[in-house]
Amino acid sequence: MSHAVQERPVAFAKPRGPLSHARLPRWTPIAVAAGSVAAGVGIGLLAGWHSKVQWGLVSALLFVLATYAVTAKVEGARQAKDRVATSLVWVSFVLAVVPLLSLAWVTVSKGMEVLDGYFLTHSMNGVLDAEAGGGVYHALLGTIEQVGIATLIAAPIGLLTAVYLVEYGTGKLAKAVTFFVDVMTGIPSIVAGLFILATWNLMLGFGPSGFAGAMALAILMMPVVVRSTEEMLKLVPNELREASLALGVPKWRTILKVVLPTAIGGITTGVMLAVARITGETAPVLLLVFGTKLINPNPFEGAQSSLPLYVYEQYAVGTDAAVARAWAAALVLIAFVMILNLVARGIARWKAPKTGR
Amino acid sequence: MVTTTPPATDRNRSRRAKSAARPGDRIFSGLSKGSGITLLVIMAAIAGFLTYRAVLAISKDSVNFFTTFEWNPAGDPPVFGIAVLAFGTIVSSVIAMLIAVPVAIGIALFISHYAPRKLAKPLAYVVDLLAAVPSIIYGLWGAIFLVPYLDGLNKWLDQYLGWTYIFDKSSDGVARNMFTVGILLAIMILPIITNVTREVFLQAPKMHEEAALALGATRWEVVRMAVLPFGRSGIISASMLGLGRALGETMAVAVVLSPSFLLSGHLLDPGGGTFAQNIAAKFNEANEFGRDALIASGLVLFVITLLVNGAARMIIARRKEYSGANA
Amino acid sequence: MKLSRKNGLRASAIGALVVSGALVLSACGSDNNTEPTKGGEKTSAAASNIKCDGAKGQLLAAGSSAQKGAMDLWVKNFQAACEGVEVNYQAIGSGGGITKFNQGQVAFAGSDSALKDEEVAESKKICKGGTGVNLPMVGGPIAIGYKLEGVDNLVLDASTLAKIFDNKITKWNDPAIAKLNPGAKLPDSSIQAFHRSDESGTTQNLGKYLSTAAPADWKHDPKTKSWPAQGGQAANGSSGVATAVKDAEGSIGYFELSYATANKISTVSLNTGASAPVAATSENASKAIAAAKVKGTGNDVALSLDYATKAEGAYPLILVTYEIACDKGNKAETLPTLKAFLNYTVSDEGQKVLADAGYAPLPAEIAAKVRAIVPTLS
Repeated sequence: MSHAVQERPVAFAKPRGPLSHARLPRWTPIAVAAGSVAAGVGIGLLAGWHSKVQWGLVSALLFVLATYAVTAKVEGARQAKDRVATSLVWVSFVLAVVPLLSLAWVTVSKGMEVLDGYFLTHSMNGVLDAEAGGGVYHALLGTIEQVGIATLIAAPIGLLTAVYLVEYGTGKLAKAVTFFVDVMTGIPSIVAGLFILATWNLMLGFGPSGFAGAMALAILMMPVVVRSTEEMLKLVPNELREASLALGVPKWRTILKVVLPTAIGGITTGVMLAVARITGETAPVLLLVFGTKLINPNPFEGAQSSLPLYVYEQYAVGTDAAVARAWAAALVLIAFVMILNLVARGIARWKAPKTGR
Repeated sequence: MVTTTPPATDRNRSRRAKSAARPGDRIFSGLSKGSGITLLVIMAAIAGFLTYRAVLAISKDSVNFFTTFEWNPAGDPPVFGIAVLAFGTIVSSVIAMLIAVPVAIGIALFISHYAPRKLAKPLAYVVDLLAAVPSIIYGLWGAIFLVPYLDGLNKWLDQYLGWTYIFDKSSDGVARNMFTVGILLAIMILPIITNVTREVFLQAPKMHEEAALALGATRWEVVRMAVLPFGRSGIISASMLGLGRALGETMAVAVVLSPSFLLSGHLLDPGGGTFAQNIAAKFNEANEFGRDALIASGLVLFVITLLVNGAARMIIARRKEYSGANA
Repeated sequence: MKLSRKNGLRASAIGALVVSGALVLSACGSDNNTEPTKGGEKTSAAASNIKCDGAKGQLLAAGSSAQKGAMDLWVKNFQAACEGVEVNYQAIGSGGGITKFNQGQVAFAGSDSALKDEEVAESKKICKGGTGVNLPMVGGPIAIGYKLEGVDNLVLDASTLAKIFDNKITKWNDPAIAKLNPGAKLPDSSIQAFHRSDESGTTQNLGKYLSTAAPADWKHDPKTKSWPAQGGQAANGSSGVATAVKDAEGSIGYFELSYATANKISTVSLNTGASAPVAATSENASKAIAAAKVKGTGNDVALSLDYATKAEGAYPLILVTYEIACDKGNKAETLPTLKAFLNYTVSDEGQKVLADAGYAPLPAEIAAKVRAIVPTLS
């Protein structure tokens, strides 16, 4: 390893004119990267490490060290620091992309094994654990309805609360709201479920339903919406507000027409993150919606199912057929969140004012 | 263009608005105040509910709730304590943050300042989408895929870093330990932190960057002097967002970890537990009192999250005076 | 709400998306899974003489995951025979099932252990004029699965098993194991013992067995549903333990027999003191369950199992799961369905399907007793 590092600068150092610093050729980073990967693989093979994780880590380390050594020798300390920073940024990018890509790849490739039209349009009625077949339709329908209802409850309340905190809120009430929003971001999802169970189901005597689950999900969603919307509203420059007010526009119209549209991109992202968080919840669904193998299109009465619950159930069953179903359902779940995300972004971009950025 | 601090000017404005109260204004401010109050009532009700059930449980606990290494609320007398859970929750989150925050800053910088234009846009998109992947899928992937992959790394760390005590692996089980959980959590929260951090970096005043470049600064010096100081509060609040998720993550941890109620500093040995994982594992079989005990542990998680959030808010508030305002 | 055109638009757009999506989807969804799919072998719903007598609507039930496989089969056959009936059994765990039952959320609960006194007392609130009763419905062996290269028929006894799970025996070539397995090539590797990380009736039954059959070596509380010993490794759910055992060389763990069959894991034969070691099969488990005594009184058929049985061919590490319902005061709207369903499950026809799924049918005497009680539920 040290052998490789010391040799390279000699090969690359080609001083140009007297006025400019010595510069490495443009392909240096790539060459260093290739060299370190080769060295990493070589060391890995020699030492007989089975896990590719070490190979990658060693290569990354070599890359950073080699970059520093090469540049420090040729271009000087300042440039070396710059190059190292650049290589670190690249390394962190690769470090992060590998597992995330692996996640996406595994889900897609495993999910596609079972996923087809039949899977999407059938329930699990009468399908035994060890058998192949059956589908995810009932769970997909349940998730759409529960998440839809939860969003319809939580998004307006959360948005308006954030508007209140940023635009109007002063004094004790605003402080109290901020405090409790902070408290609630740490709520374990099961607790929200228990709260609804204790009030809605046990005190008021309603049976399990998609709506009960949606209420618990809404509770989980609200603080996230408030926090992110609040941050985004704070980013809106005061100059915009002042300009609008100076033109005699009432405050409420200023908020609706100037402040919210300016922040709409970030707000959408925030709401979507919140949706993504609740879409993955199993515990409150199990507690309040009960779960079923049959299709129940009515969210206000009777047991429903949901995608994360389905994924978890099938994973817990553990037979090959069931695990294959779990992956397929996971893929459906990701696709669902992605589509929702893309649609929301599209709407946000379409409605947002055109800015220079 | 730049972060502002509404409160100060806000107060003046709302006073002015009140003097010229139009019906639209009154309705709108009423509506938003109403939502605030609704939210407050719901949240306060849950907090009250939680505290009530938790106090019910703790009052019947036969040992010290905070220092006991055992969980058996169904026993006679009931014995349960959160020492192991608190330790595990904090350790796994700290590992996750140690890995995720630097890497996330790296990716955010990559997207905002380093990557070729053509790569940056789609990349930002992909990270956004990854932030929206539900955690159960990370759990599924972690249990089936990540754990076997980390086996080798574990043995390697044990071999070369075993002398550090924390990387000493005494049993040769599979990698269902706190270290793996930390890595999985790091991967989970990475897109979230990146997301927000990138957004903030993009808002760094262009003028400052150009000025630095004109003075002959290298790209790293630009980032260090113009971008990072500006983005500091953003990084902190993004990290806190990620930390919040890491602290409360349930299913992914429950599926990956091999828990026990032994307190161990050996990160590579199976064992330990987190609040949320323990709730998930014990909830279904628990009776009414057992559930109360679990809620009590949930309350502690609550308080920890609250402290973290509070600290973040304080840091951000203090930073505000330095950053942004001078653009 | 006329608060904002933009928000309104967004909300209505999302709303429209949700509604139209739901509409589109519900147009093409189907509960009909009877046509064979590619690669899926279907167990044909046997044409049956299941009596539906007035069963209708939805019957909610929840509880033990140990009986999920049996329930799935029963529900499938019952729903095929009785038009318009939905039996919905969620395998959330025994404790969860009993809690839901005592809250009046489900018509019956499935449980791995009989109701405790305080749970019976609590059930009186829901069962107007009666109490919750335990009706044993299905039994099964708990298999000890292991993975050890080159060792096919591992034999252990209760005391060795207790020492292994208690971390007293940590090597496969320990003399205690070698003595029970003369001639086997036991490696000098450490034993990786897996247990459940969640609370479970399976853990509880293993604990009861160990503390009955090897009281000197297993001193932990036999009643606890969470793992009482220190050390060892844990995994979530029976499937988690089974997967862990399947993946790790030198491992050992416990789960219901069906998981061992599904994952092709070798199981330990127990040396009970009978002339030959007993394998974990449903017939052998049935023989052990036959030795059980009824300890419940009146309509309650709670059993006390003989974990220390030395009968020839009886596999003593067993689990019997109950259905828990009210003897009086069941909800009027679900009562006919409840009775019809339990009538079927305890009938010869219902019990007959169990063996294929890795469960053990009830012994005739106990089944007859339950059969007499079900029609009297009210």
